[in-house]
Amino acid sequence: MNKEFKEGLKSGIPIALGYFAVSFSLGITMVAAGISAAQGTVMSLSNLTSAGEFAGIRVIAVGGTLAEMVLTQIIINLRYSLMSMSLTQKLEEGISLWKKLIIAFGNTDEIFAVAMSHQKSLKFSFMVGLQLLPIVGWTLGTLLGAIAGNIMPERVSIAMNVMLYGMFIAIVVPAAKKSKPVLMVACIAVVFSCLFRYVPILCDISEGLAISICTVAAAVLGAIFFPIKDSDLSTPKKRTGPTNPKQKIFTDENE
Amino acid sequence: MNVYIYILVMAIVTYLIRMLPLTLIKGKIKSRFLRSFLYYVPYACLTAMTFPAVFYSAGHVIGIIAAVLIAILLALKGKGLITVALAGSLTVFLFSFIV
Repeated sequence: MNKEFKEGLKSGIPIALGYFAVSFSLGITMVAAGISAAQGTVMSLSNLTSAGEFAGIRVIAVGGTLAEMVLTQIIINLRYSLMSMSLTQKLEEGISLWKKLIIAFGNTDEIFAVAMSHQKSLKFSFMVGLQLLPIVGWTLGTLLGAIAGNIMPERVSIAMNVMLYGMFIAIVVPAAKKSKPVLMVACIAVVFSCLFRYVPILCDISEGLAISICTVAAAVLGAIFFPIKDSDLSTPKKRTGPTNPKQKIFTDENE
Repeated sequence: MNVYIYILVMAIVTYLIRMLPLTLIKGKIKSRFLRSFLYYVPYACLTAMTFPAVFYSAGHVIGIIAAVLIAILLALKGKGLITVALAGSLTVFLFSFIV
């Protein structure tokens, strides 16, 4: 098996586990909203987005129009376009269009997060390996949640839910430790994120859109006040990604 | 309306959002501002998704606070992704027996 592909598969394991737990509860929600297990499974396999699917279920349940559905999905999933933009700068050079079309399908929050913390420029085989298990976990979790929602003990699913946040922490914290600007951007993002949760009117904005606004605001401020040095990015083949080269994601597993 | 039509529309819109920027931007961006912006996007986005949302995820808030602290501590010590994620999860799991 291709080494890059294998590395991708391995990196995808924690995502797949976290996805299984989240999509399990998604499956339960779907059945409660009158969506069949088959429909729910197709939805998860074709959409791969938790917030987008939860919102979509609501639109279906109330018999909303297709225009409403389009608008809801755009607002909630807009952050993916930011991630895709960022991802273009880390893909291996000269990657073909059809490979990009495949990679785009599985560019979820968590897959993007792990891809951006990868040490090297992103090869197609790594990305496919990385996406495979999470897609399986997401789809299978939805199916099982829909047909057997009551078998998983609640405290297990709650605990697995936290795993995805743990991954985000594992990616941001080491980078923030090494780089003041990254720490500052992260702090700014928390401030904005809190504003959108606690300030009246602002808190009415959907969580998906709020995350996009927070991301743009914090990253723009970062770009204005801490522009990265040209030497950091002008030689993409030599550099090892936005995180510090010393940070090894899989140190303990590999050694 | 057939549920599968809704699902198809959802899937197309979501895919286009992900696919268009990925295919339209070709090669390395030259503008230093844009490159800096895109460099910070992952950290800004992941942090905004985690805080304060993690404290409102299912489970007891004390257990979650402990899990977050342990995850940050392990991440600071350079532990890997799987270790950090599992440690956080395990903390919440164990706390569910205490509180």
